[in-house]
Amino acid sequence: MPASLIQPEFKVKIDYDKCHKCGRCVQQCGWGVYSFNERPIPDDTKCRACHRCVTYCPAHCITIQKNDLAFRDNPHWTPALRKSVWRQAESGGVMLTGMGNDRPYLNVFDHLVLDACQVTNPSIDPLREPMELRTYLGRKPDSVEVETDGNGGFHLKEGTGVSNNIQLETPIIFSPMSYGSVSLNVHKSLAMAAERCGILMNTGEGGLHADLFPYQDHVIVQVASGRFGVTPEYLNRGAAMEIKIGQGAKPGIGGHLPGEKINREVSETRMIPTGTDAISPAPHHDIYSIEDLRQLIYSLKEATGYKPVGVKIAAVHNVAAIASGIVRAGADYVYLDGFRGGTGAAPQIIRDHIGIPIEIAIAVVDQRLRDEGIRNQASIIAAGSIRSSADMAKAIALGADVVAVGSAALMALGCHLCQGCHTGSCSWGLTTQKAELTRRVDPEWGAERLTNLVHAWSHELQEILGALGVNAVESLRGSRERLRAIGLDEQTCKILGVKPAGL
Amino acid sequence: MMQATKTKTNGVIEGYVAREPKITIDGDTAMIEAQNVYYRNVNDAVRQVIADGAKTVKLLDINGQRYIGTGLRAKGVKIEVNGTAGNDMAMFMDGPAVEVFGNAQDGVGNTMNAGTVIVHGDAGDVLGYGMRGGKVFIKGDVGYRVGIHMKAYENHVPIMVCGGKSRDFFGEYMAGGMLVLLGMNSQFEGPLVGGYLGAGMHGGEIFLRGEVEPWQVGKECGIFVADEEDLARLRPVLEEYCAAFDMPIDEVLSVPLTKLVPISHRPYGKLYVYV
Ligand code: SF4
Ligand code: SF4
Ligand code: SF4
Repeated sequence: MPASLIQPEFKVKIDYDKCHKCGRCVQQCGWGVYSFNERPIPDDTKCRACHRCVTYCPAHCITIQKNDLAFRDNPHWTPALRKSVWRQAESGGVMLTGMGNDRPYLNVFDHLVLDACQVTNPSIDPLREPMELRTYLGRKPDSVEVETDGNGGFHLKEGTGVSNNIQLETPIIFSPMSYGSVSLNVHKSLAMAAERCGILMNTGEGGLHADLFPYQDHVIVQVASGRFGVTPEYLNRGAAMEIKIGQGAKPGIGGHLPGEKINREVSETRMIPTGTDAISPAPHHDIYSIEDLRQLIYSLKEATGYKPVGVKIAAVHNVAAIASGIVRAGADYVYLDGFRGGTGAAPQIIRDHIGIPIEIAIAVVDQRLRDEGIRNQASIIAAGSIRSSADMAKAIALGADVVAVGSAALMALGCHLCQGCHTGSCSWGLTTQKAELTRRVDPEWGAERLTNLVHAWSHELQEILGALGVNAVESLRGSRERLRAIGLDEQTCKILGVKPAGL
Repeated sequence: MMQATKTKTNGVIEGYVAREPKITIDGDTAMIEAQNVYYRNVNDAVRQVIADGAKTVKLLDINGQRYIGTGLRAKGVKIEVNGTAGNDMAMFMDGPAVEVFGNAQDGVGNTMNAGTVIVHGDAGDVLGYGMRGGKVFIKGDVGYRVGIHMKAYENHVPIMVCGGKSRDFFGEYMAGGMLVLLGMNSQFEGPLVGGYLGAGMHGGEIFLRGEVEPWQVGKECGIFVADEEDLARLRPVLEEYCAAFDMPIDEVLSVPLTKLVPISHRPYGKLYVYV
């Protein structure tokens, strides 16, 4: 019997006439596809189409192709499903994968379009006129008090304005990715870029490495159910703290960093022994209710002199009511992670079938908080596959204050979405702890690319705002009147609070 | 002798009259009267007197105020709690010694880093959750979910000893440290401990004074009788415990101890197949 019924997904083709026989492909591939015997010989079964070898081959003689074997047509039994059955029949295991949901669900962002000014109100040119992207993350007061300045003007009365908010120069932050799931050089790149852009990065649940202390004012420190690396010092270093309840890629299930990824430095930062699995329980066992959540929020505030505390949840069916509870529990922001959000490792069946799209979640949460008169009490951060400045603008128009990017940030650092993060062998040196791979990311190079990405998106957002005829991102927030739907059903439009195009 | 009282409002529930506690300083001992004082003002006062050099802080008339000692980083400081300590006492605590003359509510020693907690009474649920270091000694009974995900790291080895009985989920997900249950100073009628004992355990050790039924124990644990070597490790801990509550150690050790340890550091290592 053959060892496996599953045929390779990709074919690695080398044009040997052009090949220099330099062996660079052998060294570049994290998954050990190549062996070398006078010339490189690929083992197709191991290839994940990450294109590292393609990018670094000096002769440009490598092509990665789909191994398009014909299957008898059956749209119900896709080739992927057939392969899953074979794989599980061979192993008996839960299928583990990385990155975000790749199923072709309806993409709501792609069915929304933005408005622009024509004739009756002027658009604004952001290159020549001021265009404000500055955003404040945190609780806003219910009311403000003003007093006259004696010269016919007014100013805010002392101590009545916004306090304890974090100032962001643009409404983009980096989403939580733990040291352990990604490498230290990735963390450094994110931290340096966050400082340069005047935004925030997020530790994820793996603690804060000492090398990031200089950037701590631009770091959100996360508290997850495993409490890895959570000490009073860690909490006090962060600009804000975040309680991680759930993740869009794996709502309702815990984390599990396999022992192979727990090397000495990761173990130091997480404060657990090397080689043991880092298991985050599915729930926080000190949170079984909104009252318990409030208790944790306030314990974190007590421990840090009342710094902002956010709560991250996965977007699930009842997200609006849950978010309302979170705000009432005292959170300064609610972080909504949609079902397309990425992950370092998750069971495929969970990643692909649980949760709801971020677009819907933003709209229902924003509406619920407004209806209850508590929208000012917390900011909304939206994440879960924000792919471009257009997605960002649409998310903000639906009601988000800030968007968080994870997959796009990794792509800026070379990620090709090969979905191999859980293997710990990322050829691009991102989701791995192997020294020969992690050194492929130079933090200075990484920080520059991330900074470029944030700046580019920010400029594009300014262009969009200019076209809309507003001069601050504030004016777009929750302004669903500036969105129209194309090809969405009536019910979905209603839920989004968006009219169909033409109305 | 110096007395300090001041008032300020800090966003407590509407209608609540915010009061500052009365503080009396005598040498390096500070006495804080907490009757009817909101937890934030009590804890502000504790932090203030420690910052001003107090080595012993006596809290009087504590009646459920939360977060006593939470996030405190101080070595050589003693906090004496008279009354019933509220939820999340000594959470994230790093160094101080807290002694409660009374009972404690839920969450004692939650995610605690270092220091000691002694409770001369019973305590509630979720004690020592994610605790990484230091010692928690409870004289009497404890509730559900005690010692979940305790973990050790290098010379941080958390130790918790409960003198009474416990409910379900004792030592669930345990990843390191030592968890001891004696079943001695109990008001419960039922068994020593509930179900799901050590479920998902992948590090550390649990000792129980007496026996447990296999159905109570998580499938990730091996059940043994504590041997000489184990007792040599346990004895200094129990001596310290007995000294705190004035109990005879011989009586504690008069019954054989059951030991639970994980079968694997990687209980779920074989569960997955990579896509
Ligand atoms: S896995 Fe990546 S580096 Fe390896 S052969 Fe395939 S494309 Fe090239
Ligand atoms: S990197 Fe390109 S040129 Fe060099 S051995 Fe590989 S295929 Fe040939
Ligand atoms: S981070 Fe690396 S392993 Fe993960 S999808 Fe991107 S390239 Fe692949």
